[in-house]
Amino acid sequence: MVNGIIKENPTFVLLLGMCPTLGTTSSAINGMSMGLATMAVLIVSNLIISLIKKLIPDMVRIPSYIVVIASLVTVLQMLIKAYAPDVDKSLGLFIPLIVVNCIILGRAESFAAKNGPVASIFDGIGIGLGFTLGLTSLGAVRELLGTGAIFGQTLWGESYGMLMFVLAPGAFLVLGYLIVLFNKIFKKA
Amino acid sequence: MDSVLSLILIIITAIFVNNVVLAQFLGICPFLGVSKKVDTASGMGVAVTVVLVIATAVTYCIQKFVLDVYNLEYLQTIAFILVIAALVQMIEIVLKKTMPALYQALGVFLPLITTNCCILGVAILVIQKDYNFLEGIVYALSTGIGFLLAMVLFAGLREQLEMVEVPKSFRGVPIALVTASLLAMAFMGFSGVDGGLKILFGL
Amino acid sequence: MVAVLTVIALVAGFVLAYVNSVTAPQIEKINAENLAAGIKAVMGSDDILVSDPEEIDAFTSYSVSDAQGASLGKAVVSTSNGFGGPLKVLVGFDNEGTIKGYTVLEHAETPGLGAKAGEWFQDKILGKNPGSCNFTVSKDGGDIDAITASTITSRAFLLAIQNAYDKIIAGSDATTSATTQAKEAHQCGAEGECADCQAEGAECDSTHASKGEGKDCCGKCKE
Repeated sequence: MVNGIIKENPTFVLLLGMCPTLGTTSSAINGMSMGLATMAVLIVSNLIISLIKKLIPDMVRIPSYIVVIASLVTVLQMLIKAYAPDVDKSLGLFIPLIVVNCIILGRAESFAAKNGPVASIFDGIGIGLGFTLGLTSLGAVRELLGTGAIFGQTLWGESYGMLMFVLAPGAFLVLGYLIVLFNKIFKKA
Repeated sequence: MDSVLSLILIIITAIFVNNVVLAQFLGICPFLGVSKKVDTASGMGVAVTVVLVIATAVTYCIQKFVLDVYNLEYLQTIAFILVIAALVQMIEIVLKKTMPALYQALGVFLPLITTNCCILGVAILVIQKDYNFLEGIVYALSTGIGFLLAMVLFAGLREQLEMVEVPKSFRGVPIALVTASLLAMAFMGFSGVDGGLKILFGL
Repeated sequence: MVAVLTVIALVAGFVLAYVNSVTAPQIEKINAENLAAGIKAVMGSDDILVSDPEEIDAFTSYSVSDAQGASLGKAVVSTSNGFGGPLKVLVGFDNEGTIKGYTVLEHAETPGLGAKAGEWFQDKILGKNPGSCNFTVSKDGGDIDAITASTITSRAFLLAIQNAYDKIIAGSDATTSATTQAKEAHQCGAEGECADCQAEGAECDSTHASKGEGKDCCGKCKE
């Protein structure tokens, strides 16, 4: 599990799922909701795929996985629309796009297809937490620099915010620097 | 005349103002992954454009003639992604049989395209924006061109970067992201152009 | 092989159909609740009855009355083209067409700039009447200050409100010509009833309200 948070952190090390990483992190809370939504899909898809892996012939492996993942994403999308409409508003298009997040298909193929259900769930939690942490920290830094607030709590006020960080260029820039920082801290060797 | 102008507006908006990569964050994986050389970047760009147009045409028909008719809108995501996956496979097979030269050039990129979120993203956006068939196709084509443009520009920058000494921690992806940030900033200069054109065209 | 895939697809289809049937009413309920809450907020009252929506061209209009059935005015959904895409606002008018409140329902404006429209105009347009005030940004010779660095969003926002007023409020009753005349007579902070204020030396600018809420414009100006 710890593996997924640091050594194989999907955001900072594996660089997977970059579209939602950049597209939904204009604030800490948005980044966190996206991370949690992805984690939910990842855990359930890992579980289902590890359970049914023996029933699926190798030839139709990928299409079956895609069907499973797409159904889970659609279920999640409907649940979010029904019970958390604000989240639906701020994440918008990126919810259905969880389907094409390479993390999910990647983990299904490389982990869940080879391991048992319990291990797969923990793998999902680990990688999902790593992704959520990555997105939340990226969102927090962007929100703080861009609007002077964090999780909606004003720290030094909007007048000192650099708007660029909330907009597109800020996403690339902050992610770049966070990866540098991550490498510096965890890749000492 | 108005419809021609509105198509022109769609084209300019999709290529420059709302560039798919630099403003909408779709298709970032290939943007970072296959942008080290201008050749491969442009190959990927062309392949994405082709798939984008065909996929949008097919998904549009599925939405209008199947999902809408039978009230199955909730199957949108699953139907679109399967169609896109199957389509990419078919394009690959057809290219291999009929145009081996083109397959040589584009073939390696095709399997990667299924999980390129800009294909599914554009297919869904066309439905959400309530475009008609022609507008949808034009939108898909210009989004593809916008993707190609961003890829080629970015690959050009990265080729130049190869020749300079980059601090160790920045090597590889981080410096690419910083470069992408500057490119995105440059593209921000286009923001608002669509509004101005709209007034100019009297739409 | 094909059988397995078919089974998976069928199971997925059934699961989705089931979840859809569970969530669809809830989604509708939430949308309805949001709309009801929005209408309450823009009409400034919790105790209201709302009529069924009425579609007029691109506008959706709701007639609102208080618990006793006396008409309070109308809430109108209006859309215009903002900086980043459509800008959809819900605006509440009283029977004279004075704005009681508004809320931005949907927007694609720049975060931190145009997205401020939700709060920015609260103290600038409430209590004003698009019939007598010039609802364009001050840069274009109007009476409303635009959001700093977001003129296009501001223009779009004011246009949406002006259009809603023109189509629904001014167009719906016989007072149309009266309102037009009124607009010519007392431009927001120019002549007409406010001449008195100016005579008394009070600045009568865009901060004054036109008639409404029991205060005449002069009373407001003197403050």
